[in-house]
Amino acid sequence: MSPLYIARSREIAARLLDSEMMIMSARDSTLFNLNELGTMIWQAADGATSLEEIVAQKICVEYDVEPAEALEDAETFVRELAEHGILLLSDQPIGAGENSGSKQ
Amino acid sequence: MSSPTLTSIHELTIDIGGIPIIVRTDSAEFARMLEDRYGGFATADAQYAVVELEVELIAPGNVSDAEDVSVRLESGRWVMERGDFRAEWDQQCNRGWVRQSANPYAIDGVLRILHSLILARAGGFLVHAASAVRNGRAFVFAGVSGTGKTTLARLAPPDVILLTDEISYLRPGGQGIGNREQGIGNSPSLQPPAPSPQPLAPAFEAFGTPFAGELARIGQKARAPLATLFLLKQGPENRIEPLSEAEAARELLRHVLFFACDEELVGMIFQTVCDFVRRVPVRRLVFTPDARVWELIA
Repeated sequence: MSPLYIARSREIAARLLDSEMMIMSARDSTLFNLNELGTMIWQAADGATSLEEIVAQKICVEYDVEPAEALEDAETFVRELAEHGILLLSDQPIGAGENSGSKQ
Repeated sequence: MSSPTLTSIHELTIDIGGIPIIVRTDSAEFARMLEDRYGGFATADAQYAVVELEVELIAPGNVSDAEDVSVRLESGRWVMERGDFRAEWDQQCNRGWVRQSANPYAIDGVLRILHSLILARAGGFLVHAASAVRNGRAFVFAGVSGTGKTTLARLAPPDVILLTDEISYLRPGGQGIGNREQGIGNSPSLQPPAPSPQPLAPAFEAFGTPFAGELARIGQKARAPLATLFLLKQGPENRIEPLSEAEAARELLRHVLFFACDEELVGMIFQTVCDFVRRVPVRRLVFTPDARVWELIA
């Protein structure tokens, strides 16, 4: 399986309030809330780190989960965000010019 | 050869939230209508304006095919359309043009949109909420129609100054108001306040608006430091509940009035609301329609 790279879209505004990431799509003003785990993935979505590395280095360190199961859940999650246009997915690292400069 | 004609221009300044907008029309009747509608918010001798609007009156009927409000940026100009008006605003020269029939509702719609655009860049916003001043501090009551904004305004004791029962006007405190040198002037963008020995500016201020709801009574032209924003919920008793910042931001965003399809400004409004909930207390006000609710608000 090829690695999956994730980067935050530039067409969003995002803020961490309490421990919850709030994201607004600037395109259609839809508001999304991420829980702590989702926030962890979102914050690590720099375009350069693969999802597998994020899961291994962040999620499996913080939570007592099976790496394979965590990766599957994380993949479902990032694909859902990508469908809403707030996250970019690629099998190649995503350059800084393509991802978001959103405030967090 | 045609006969010589004389057209007189009537000019009125409508000052809401410390942001004066000049409205020019060749109809004395329309100018009088605006004076009546905007009461203390209208003045004939303003020193300057943030926007100058020329109103062209046409026969009653649909001006635009737009069914809903449409606000978009086209070639550097804001284009605002609704069935009963079409307006443009050129930010570079701060001039605008409105085509509408001689009714006050269309110009009212244009003013709401203009203020929402100007406020977005100034770190403020319009919110679907009643607001009032008590003991020198402002309180805002936000909620969708039917949650009790007008009821609360109606139940207000005599010492309360009603700012609006429908659309509240919130701006960061300490910004220049009605004065070119202080930053509003010809440009809606605001400058950071200069260091001074003045008392600390309030985080936000609430201003009265003439945008009336069911009370059909315009608010008072007044302003006060914002003490608390309440999110309304009717219930069996009166009580105030805390809210997390995330809950407050999520719910407040639903009540913010913003009409433009513009990614940059939508992002600004989002950041403003997130800043707002960190700087201003936001609480849930559960209330029963009874004047005693005002005992909690002081």
